[in-house]
Amino acid sequence: MQTHIKMHTKNLDFFYGDFQALDQVSIDFIENRVTALIGPSGCGKSTYLRCLNRMNDLIAGIRVKGLAMLDNDDIYDPSIDVVTLRRQVGMVFQKPNPFPKSVFENIAYGLKVNGMKDKAKITRIVEKSLKQAAIWDEVKDRLNESALGLSGGQQQRLCIARALAVAPEVLLMDEPASALDPIATQKIEELITELSSKLTIIIVTHNMQQAARISDRTAFFYMGKLIEVNDTDTLFTKPELKQTEDYITGRFG
Amino acid sequence: MKRQVIDKGVHSGFLLIALFSITALFLIVVFLFIEGIPILDHVSIKEFVFGKYWYPTDDPADFGILSLILGSICVTLLSGIMAIPLGVMTAVYLAEIASPKVAEIVKPIVELMASMPSVVIGFFGMVVVAPFIQQVFDIPVGLNMFNASLMLAFMAVPTICSISEDAIFSVPVALKEASFALGATHFETIVRVIIPASLSGICTAVILGLSRAIGETMVVLMAAGGAAMIPGSIFDPVRPLPASIAAEMAEAPFGGEHYHALFAIGIVLFVFTFMFNLLADYVSYKFRQVGEASL
Amino acid sequence: MIKQRLIVQKVCFSFLKIAALLNGAALAVILYFIISRGWRAISWEFLSQAPRDSMTAGGILPCIVGTMALCLVTIFVALPIGVASAIYLNEYASQGKLVRFIRLGINNLAGVPSIVFGLFGLAFFCIVLKMGVSAASGGLTLGIMTLPVIIGASEEALKSVPNTYREASLAMGASKWQTIRKVVLPVAFPGIITGSILGISRAAGETAPIMYTGAVFFTPDLPASILDEVMALPYHIYVLATAGTQIEATRHLQYGTALVLIVLVFGMNLSAIILRSKIRKNLRI
Repeated sequence: MQTHIKMHTKNLDFFYGDFQALDQVSIDFIENRVTALIGPSGCGKSTYLRCLNRMNDLIAGIRVKGLAMLDNDDIYDPSIDVVTLRRQVGMVFQKPNPFPKSVFENIAYGLKVNGMKDKAKITRIVEKSLKQAAIWDEVKDRLNESALGLSGGQQQRLCIARALAVAPEVLLMDEPASALDPIATQKIEELITELSSKLTIIIVTHNMQQAARISDRTAFFYMGKLIEVNDTDTLFTKPELKQTEDYITGRFG
Repeated sequence: MKRQVIDKGVHSGFLLIALFSITALFLIVVFLFIEGIPILDHVSIKEFVFGKYWYPTDDPADFGILSLILGSICVTLLSGIMAIPLGVMTAVYLAEIASPKVAEIVKPIVELMASMPSVVIGFFGMVVVAPFIQQVFDIPVGLNMFNASLMLAFMAVPTICSISEDAIFSVPVALKEASFALGATHFETIVRVIIPASLSGICTAVILGLSRAIGETMVVLMAAGGAAMIPGSIFDPVRPLPASIAAEMAEAPFGGEHYHALFAIGIVLFVFTFMFNLLADYVSYKFRQVGEASL
Repeated sequence: MIKQRLIVQKVCFSFLKIAALLNGAALAVILYFIISRGWRAISWEFLSQAPRDSMTAGGILPCIVGTMALCLVTIFVALPIGVASAIYLNEYASQGKLVRFIRLGINNLAGVPSIVFGLFGLAFFCIVLKMGVSAASGGLTLGIMTLPVIIGASEEALKSVPNTYREASLAMGASKWQTIRKVVLPVAFPGIITGSILGISRAAGETAPIMYTGAVFFTPDLPASILDEVMALPYHIYVLATAGTQIEATRHLQYGTALVLIVLVFGMNLSAIILRSKIRKNLRI
């Protein structure tokens, strides 16, 4: 089967001041596949994820070395518009973070800031995004109510819908289910599997069963280094390195 | 790309506006000096600061502000003696002892104290407190250093209290719990752990409170008595620096010696409060609590 | 032994409580005198007419209007500059020398004595900028004085906006300015307004900065433009209480004016305090 590399990094280093948080990380992300990043807390997986849409730029005193590419564009090239990049590479956060606006306005926000003025079109995309995120039936009668009134799981699916509205090519997810109960988590997981037919998804998770359930490929991080990356089935059943095996069998981490 | 350009422009715009405060401060200093320095054509700095006689309208005039400086210092110190214990004690009470319900009532009271217009406090000192202390202490005039200090204390307490309270409140709970776990009573914990841990914040509060007192105008203008002489007792009338400026600016001809002398007093007053503020900034920056390891 | 320590604690706590109560008592005493002696002066005539008979009778309408005019100019100066400064400090600036320099400026501006602001306003606005004694000069002077309060309050309001809102907006391809304008400012708005009310109420009660820049002893007409001189409530109290020939005879007018000023200032403060406690409750949910 033909595979296209949607995004990749090569020898990526990342520094907070003098502290090196990532060391020579190289991963290829295949188009329309789910890649999970796993590893113990503080291993750099979230930092790595936030390098991919340059969310780390918000922190003072950081430095990036090496290559990070989206298709054929170096995303750290000075000529790259970071605002456009973030529209192409969307993000869903650990805790649901809807704006204190109505459900409708939350989804429409990304469209409006990107210059869309056609009301009918906005309405159409809002509905489509909510349907894609499998939350349309739950909120279609309360589009004008505050998004803060939704349950935690609904809020997170709303945030996914919000990210989908601007039609990103890649979706980054930073432990999107860690603040949710098991039922809400299951819904999010189903959603991720469904979305992966049209979208490249990169997801950070601390839950290995989750990684095994939803991802096509898995990358294992430890102490700022990429230890191993492979097809999920292979990585979990026949890891190449002892370190990986120790982690996935629960001997440390 | 267009949005990026807008963003850059907006950023620079905000930076320019943010520089406004420091520019204003700079302009204040510049104008104080432009209008104040010419007095040095008539007196030396030493004569001005240490001269005992302030007769600005005599001919030849005397421009010595020692009595005004001492008036300011005495009034401020006396108000500090009253306001510091009261302010810090109230802060301890609010942060440590009062139930949330009581605190919810007392805090707005302190805030309302802070928002009381100074002219009303001065007025109150003049028409209510002055006759009262005249009677109680059997003295000829009620408008004096004691009266003004009392009124100034009322104004300094809210500053001292609210900043101290923030400092006390930010002492890590772990320290408190450690002390409790060793069998200390709540009061012993407050005296031996909480107050030492928040001392830099309390010091900042005291400095800023006194800085507010020394710069306050209306209270000392209306309640201090206004005599430009070195006070011998707390019941002597005094004429602190701000009172002099406020009272005499109306009668000082524009551009004359007296006018320049009043701006020079402004410089002295500014220097006082500027030093207070730098000191407060230094104390809070240098001795700021770093984690839990600053005891 | 432990009993003794607990007794010490009880006694000392009582002292602390007395200290706290003393503040309330002091405020109550002042309010009692102003209200009990001032309310008799208050009448429709007092609020709606100009002073008559060399200010020994009549009302204080020009003072109320003058104080409002000064406050309006103050808001126009201090609110935009203050909020913009806070946005820069909280949203754009990274920690560094420039920011520390700007903060030092703001802190010291906050500490400048009110009479020094008055001197500056006189020398700069009235004389150099040729605005004379006017609502504009007085309001500008008050505006600069109020600036640190508004910056502080706005910064606090901006800080209380959860960072996740900013991240979510940026992650959707909004620019920084769009994020601030459409997400951060709307959330921070109530807090900014609360702080601004507190700042303006302080300006409304100030006397020293306007004595020689904006307020005059007496003017028979209401201000027609911001370049007119005005009467103001705080200055009116000072003038009546110290500079007239009829100080004793106008005592009731002094108390009345003080009462009006306190109602104005406290009214603004109380509404701000109530608004703020409501915001805090909303944020907790």
